[in-house]
Amino acid sequence: MLTFTCPYCGVAAEESELTGGGEAHLKRFGPGSSDAEFEAYLFTRKNPKGVHFERWRHAYGCGKWFLAARDTNTLEVFGSYPAQTTEPPADLIAAIKNKRPGWEGWK
Amino acid sequence: MSTRLAKGGRLLDRSKPLNFTFNGTPLRGFLGDTLASALLGSGKTLLGRSFKYHRPRGLVASGVEEPNVLVNLGRNARLEPDQRATTTELFEGAEAASQNHWPSLEFDIGEINDKISKLFPAGFYYKTFMAPKWAWKHLFEPVIRQAAGLGAAPKEADPDRYEQTYAFCDVLVAGGGVAGLAAALAEAKAGKRVMVMEQTAFWGGRAPVDGGTIDGLAPDEWVRNAIEALEKMENVQLFTRTMVSGLYNHGYVIGYQRVADHTPGDGRPRHRLWRIRAGLVITATGALERPLAFAGNDVPGVMLASAVRDYLVNWAVSPGDRVVIVTNNDDAYRTALAVLDAGLSVPVVIDARDSVTGALPMAVKARGVRVLEGRGVAKVLGRKAVTGVEICAQAGEGGVIETVACDCVAMSGGWSPVVHLFSHVGGKLIWDEAGAMFRPDATRPPIKADGTALARAVGAANGALTLDALCAEAGLAAQVEPEAPLAPVWVMPAGAKEALKFKAFLDYQNDVKVSDVQLAAREGYTSVEHTKRYTTLGMASDQGKLSNINGLAILSDALGQAIPQTGTTTFRPPYTPISFGAVAAEAKGEIFQPLRRTPMHGWHEAKGAHWEPVGLWRRPYCYPRSGESHRDAVNREITNTRTNVGLLDASTLGKIVVKGPDAGRFLDMLYTGMMSTLPVGKCRYGIMCNENGFLMDDGVVVRLSEDSWLCHTTSGGAEHIHAWMEDWLQCEWWDWKVYTANLTEQYAQVAVVGPKARAVLEKLGGMDVSKEALPFMSLAEGTLGGFPARVFRISFSGELSYEIAVPANMGLAFWEALNAAGAEFGAMPYGTEALHVMRAEKGFIMIGDETDGTVIPQDLNLGWAISKKKDDYLGKRAQARVEMARPDRWRLVGLETIDGTVLPDGVYAVAEGHNANGQRNTQGRVTSTYWSPTLKKGIAMGLVVNGPERMGEVLDFPGDGGGVHKVKIVDPCFYDKEGEKANV
Amino acid sequence: MSEAMSALKGETHTGFATVAEAGLTGMVTIRADLADPALAAALAPLGLTVPALRQVTAAGGRSLGWMSPDELLLVCGYDEAPGLAATLATALAESHALVVNVSDMRARFTVSGAKAREVMMKLCPLDFATLPVMEMRRTRAAQVAVALWRSGADEISLVCFRSVATYVMGLLEVSSRRGGEIF
Repeated sequence: MLTFTCPYCGVAAEESELTGGGEAHLKRFGPGSSDAEFEAYLFTRKNPKGVHFERWRHAYGCGKWFLAARDTNTLEVFGSYPAQTTEPPADLIAAIKNKRPGWEGWK
Repeated sequence: MSTRLAKGGRLLDRSKPLNFTFNGTPLRGFLGDTLASALLGSGKTLLGRSFKYHRPRGLVASGVEEPNVLVNLGRNARLEPDQRATTTELFEGAEAASQNHWPSLEFDIGEINDKISKLFPAGFYYKTFMAPKWAWKHLFEPVIRQAAGLGAAPKEADPDRYEQTYAFCDVLVAGGGVAGLAAALAEAKAGKRVMVMEQTAFWGGRAPVDGGTIDGLAPDEWVRNAIEALEKMENVQLFTRTMVSGLYNHGYVIGYQRVADHTPGDGRPRHRLWRIRAGLVITATGALERPLAFAGNDVPGVMLASAVRDYLVNWAVSPGDRVVIVTNNDDAYRTALAVLDAGLSVPVVIDARDSVTGALPMAVKARGVRVLEGRGVAKVLGRKAVTGVEICAQAGEGGVIETVACDCVAMSGGWSPVVHLFSHVGGKLIWDEAGAMFRPDATRPPIKADGTALARAVGAANGALTLDALCAEAGLAAQVEPEAPLAPVWVMPAGAKEALKFKAFLDYQNDVKVSDVQLAAREGYTSVEHTKRYTTLGMASDQGKLSNINGLAILSDALGQAIPQTGTTTFRPPYTPISFGAVAAEAKGEIFQPLRRTPMHGWHEAKGAHWEPVGLWRRPYCYPRSGESHRDAVNREITNTRTNVGLLDASTLGKIVVKGPDAGRFLDMLYTGMMSTLPVGKCRYGIMCNENGFLMDDGVVVRLSEDSWLCHTTSGGAEHIHAWMEDWLQCEWWDWKVYTANLTEQYAQVAVVGPKARAVLEKLGGMDVSKEALPFMSLAEGTLGGFPARVFRISFSGELSYEIAVPANMGLAFWEALNAAGAEFGAMPYGTEALHVMRAEKGFIMIGDETDGTVIPQDLNLGWAISKKKDDYLGKRAQARVEMARPDRWRLVGLETIDGTVLPDGVYAVAEGHNANGQRNTQGRVTSTYWSPTLKKGIAMGLVVNGPERMGEVLDFPGDGGGVHKVKIVDPCFYDKEGEKANV
Repeated sequence: MSEAMSALKGETHTGFATVAEAGLTGMVTIRADLADPALAAALAPLGLTVPALRQVTAAGGRSLGWMSPDELLLVCGYDEAPGLAATLATALAESHALVVNVSDMRARFTVSGAKAREVMMKLCPLDFATLPVMEMRRTRAAQVAVALWRSGADEISLVCFRSVATYVMGLLEVSSRRGGEIF
């Protein structure tokens, strides 16, 4: 069972206290967007074997959504951060690159 | 013949004799005995029958690895099958019975399977029960079911209690032997929070039996000192009878504590499951001795060499008077010494190695024991008990050189480190050629969330099989006889003929033999995982603790490849079986799952409500009176509500307050309709869609003030919709100033419905609820009958209707006040079924009935609830997809059978032709269907291809049993189309 | 307000610890920017200060717990809760804030005794051995959400939703039965 540190509460919470929310940093496409953009927004997901940015909600805790970078293969968690951002923090990216030199980046 | 010795037994308390029975025979043991040692001490060696061939079996081992002696323990409600005798502590009054035989253990009809065992090769089931097809259900399965299974299942509810607990530590040490205790001491002295879990009732592991000294002390004494030191440290928790069952991701560990197995019925929880989060797990789980594969190695009396000396030293039990030792290593000579020390005889040691020169063999020789080099066992003599062994050259095919009479054979094929825990979440193993064993690879351990090592193996579990090796690892000084290398021997003799291999067992519990694994290899099974499943090797309740390494060595040999190339099967938790009770723990009876109760729940219960589960809520479906069917009750409640007045507990409706400068803008995005323009004090029906455009939830939205709204959701939807709101506010529009609060449970809510509703409220008094003061779709706040109340004029039934919210703690009092005030007007409570029928009579949709996650509002003729003025709302883009505007979408209509009967729920209307799968095409389905007591006929709603344009058309809905319902498409509103009744 | 009844009317069980529903309890949820000076000013007349991360402050028989980065829970007398909610809402009228009386939607429990934490260990994935006094945690008790804090050396207070009060009392009662002591 996984654990993540909630960046709002500052405590490690186990998976049973959290709700997963899929891939992070999706850009919403609304009315006026093309079919291709809208399809990508709704359905196209990276699903990598390796570093993944994902959404988690501290559902049984503070109720806040946070984002985390996790290796889907080894389950190593590189870090978590508040959801109010459109891209991962630079220091987290640097830390991941340090641990996974071959990583092609988050976009 | 096994027996209890007059002296000795380091674990026994001879001052405390215990009575027990085996197959009804009264027997006696001592405190400290396991059921196994007590049985053996009572002269019982034939203790069970094997699963497949029903061969007579006895004890092979002394611990968790025992494959044979599984018993039915206890009786009636406390009957539990498949209890391992070697891990069952003896207690006063224990009742054990052997399994898998009929009519008796001594004489078992099923033994015929052994005589015809050539008919049951590997993969027997896959090969045999394939055809004819009908025979599986009618012939094979019933016969197999009759024969399958070992023990008897209890028929009564378990009277014991079980529990779970969470725990946190820096270091969890699995195993309380010397290596584990040394590691615990080191970690504890470094200030770590340490938990130590030992699966048996005693500390010390093997060392006290195997001998040597640690830091100049006898192992028993060293262990006693270590425990004393650990007990004094506040940062250490020690647990015996607690098995570390499995390692999971991010340091999650399950421990299984058998709190009261040895003291049944003493009021304590029987088992406790520990859910531990550990920073580091030190696996000090020791090693398991391997059997050798020779013909007749399963005859009762053939045991692991270590088990023989365990029984002698720990429990003063002699497994036999004449013990032949068969080995490929020096360690087994310790058993010869233990047998001699007990005053018993070792007629011969049969060593597969060509040259035996180690210190231990020399010590045995010095005591006059004959040691044969380069020899093996051709065959064990005896059927229900060992009577002798036939000795052959290990290098040959099994030609008998000599026969030696004996009543016990102690065998040793070397040792395998217990690598299970290390492997559970991905720790890798390496093959140790010298030790002929897999051991943990410290450079590739399982990892934690931060990427660092989760587990470290120490002692025998790390391949340090001798006391000096494990002490060196732990920084302790040890003295012990040095051991010469073993010879990797898996089968005896090396060139054993088929007839011998056919009786050389690998997996005792599942009756898998050397010949089965070799047959599997010949038939093309090259993967160890496939071979396991094909032969069932290692699939029994012992999970192959004795058989896995031997089996894969034989498979490797058959495939002509090295053992590491074959690899191991996957190690999975639990290490040994754990009880269902511990897994379920407190979640049974009243607290199996949380039932959500409204403040009026008890009242409904007292009135005999029939319940309907709505999510975790329980809502009254109806309130049947004496002699009434549920259907009668529902009809009465509807008729009364439509003619007098009905009361509904609507407390479960979701109530979410949304407040802030951007709240209106936010709700305009959430709902398809326009909520920002709703005047203060007014109500508006709203629907929500997901980004796929599909209808998700609906309810009445009320504007409470300039910057706050109250959103009602469906009963099942409150938490989900609140989370949905927070998701958008936190993750997409985090700069919008909006706060939400889910106030669902703050209020008890009652719907007062029917022509006399106003009269009831006026009787309560305190608020003006007239048409003028409180028109349809508006809100008033005040004090009603002394209760602080919000009164909404909304209707889900088509009648004059008020929904009144009061603080939940006053809900019951308010409900009772309403019932009292309503009595003179004929007020009756009504349940959810009456609610459903009345809304269907009005043609109102129900989320979950008319919607199924693929329905857009337009399908339900709810276009009127979608604002055309808004640029955006959740779901708008999706609703602009071509698919959503197709003219042949299935859309909402009313349905009426020509004969007035009630349509079955969920049935489909057929269309001409067939689809690609040869099924009839369909053109619609029923989504809600009821008997309307108001209209005295069946009414239904459904989704029909292009339905609203086909009014009056008659469709065919095939029913049960071949009949066809002729159904007319009608307007979905069956009752008071003009809405005059609600607007009074 | 004499007709108000708490979810379990003060039901109490004594095993190796005492578990009790605390009866009618006033609770007010405050959602606001916790750094807003107006919030501190609004709380000042009550003698309460804005709690730091996960902390509970107390004064005058009332306590104020940190529930999330923008939410506090005021625990007070049941009868005074509507008035306090209204007063605070008025004081925060110029700020973006939501103050709402939630006294009726929750049930409050206390678990007390030297082994109180052994009751809670069985229910919550939380390290009670290291939980400081007056630190608020929101977590899971078996299958439902709870907020809890050590309200004394040997006492743990917790709140859950009113609808599951019977369930939570069942959990507490079963977990505190004699014979179930862990250590």
